Amino acid sequence: MIVAEKKPMEEIIEEVKRFENILVLGCNECVTVCEAGGKKEVGVLASALRMFFLKQGRKMRIDERTLERQCDPEYLEEIRDVADGYDAVVSLACGVGVQFTAEHYPNLPVYPGVDTCFMGVTEARGMWTERCQGCGRCILASTGGICPVARCAKRLFNGPCGGSSDGKCEIGKDTVCAWQLIIDRLRALGRMEEYERIAPIKDWSTDRAGGPRKIVREDLAP
Amino acid sequence: MRLSYPADIRIVRVPCTGKVDLIHILRAFEKGADGVSVVGCMEGDCHYNSGNFRAKKRVAQARQILDTVGIGADRVQMYNLSSSEGPRFARFAEEMAEKIRALGPNPVRAAANQMENQTGGGR
Ligand code: SF4
Ligand code: SF4
Repeated sequence: MIVAEKKPMEEIIEEVKRFENILVLGCNECVTVCEAGGKKEVGVLASALRMFFLKQGRKMRIDERTLERQCDPEYLEEIRDVADGYDAVVSLACGVGVQFTAEHYPNLPVYPGVDTCFMGVTEARGMWTERCQGCGRCILASTGGICPVARCAKRLFNGPCGGSSDGKCEIGKDTVCAWQLIIDRLRALGRMEEYERIAPIKDWSTDRAGGPRKIVREDLAP
Repeated sequence: MRLSYPADIRIVRVPCTGKVDLIHILRAFEKGADGVSVVGCMEGDCHYNSGNFRAKKRVAQARQILDTVGIGADRVQMYNLSSSEGPRFARFAEEMAEKIRALGPNPVRAAANQMENQTGGGR
């Protein structure tokens, strides 16, 4: 999932204080799971904003709505009939949702209510960690299922580097060395001969460095 | 055992304080409550193990938000007691009521009332 964190409320207040009618728009998927932008968080933010502005003597309309996803047009269409009634939207979806909402409603200012952080997992309750950087050419088959692009600080393909010690990465004692994980796993799987293979130079043209990416599936396109 | 506690508090029963969510606390203030206390079992005595610890965290979050919106963190407070401690409940209720009386009415409700009066008078 996409992992995001709630923005400080002060920051959101600063962005929306000049408007009168605001829609706080949540997303039912990734940001619900990481408890940053689902229905609950929408309710809390909207309630807090209402109280904040009321205390300032301003009666603003601050409504709540949560869509199934904000990254699919069909769900964004669900607010078509009410969108005109608002001067701004605070989207609690990831950056994808914020932008797509803005694209669909060109006259409506859309503000982000969360900071979008990474693609990752729920490692434990209240803890999320990164796993994938969407490089566009998955190499997990040769690294024991552990990604050195996302998890090695240097993105090494033939690691580890000299900074690996006691299973930890040299960038910090809280960061496991991805290459230690890779080796441990290949050994456990009895596939150490794969470790001995030198990885070829990676084709980075599919990564973000090659510019914004696009996928067109002729079999699906109308 | 007949105990008296302040008459202006309203008791909302929940099966466990773990049921109390952040939004419940905020809604109470939005609807005009002057203060909210969450009264849970003793720490370590939760029938569901962690209900009162969850409540404690939510109360902490609520305090932070109430500070940000200008209502003030002190209007929400968590208390712990065991279910047989009626007198202690009455004491907590009295303590909270006194604290809230000293803080005065919920400033959001006060501001809303003032606006009502202004628009009401103008018409
Ligand atoms: S808008 Fe973002 S958070 Fe919501 S489902 Fe799509 S990717 Fe996930
Ligand atoms: S210590 Fe491990 S994870 Fe850190 S940069 Fe070196 S190989 Fe990568």
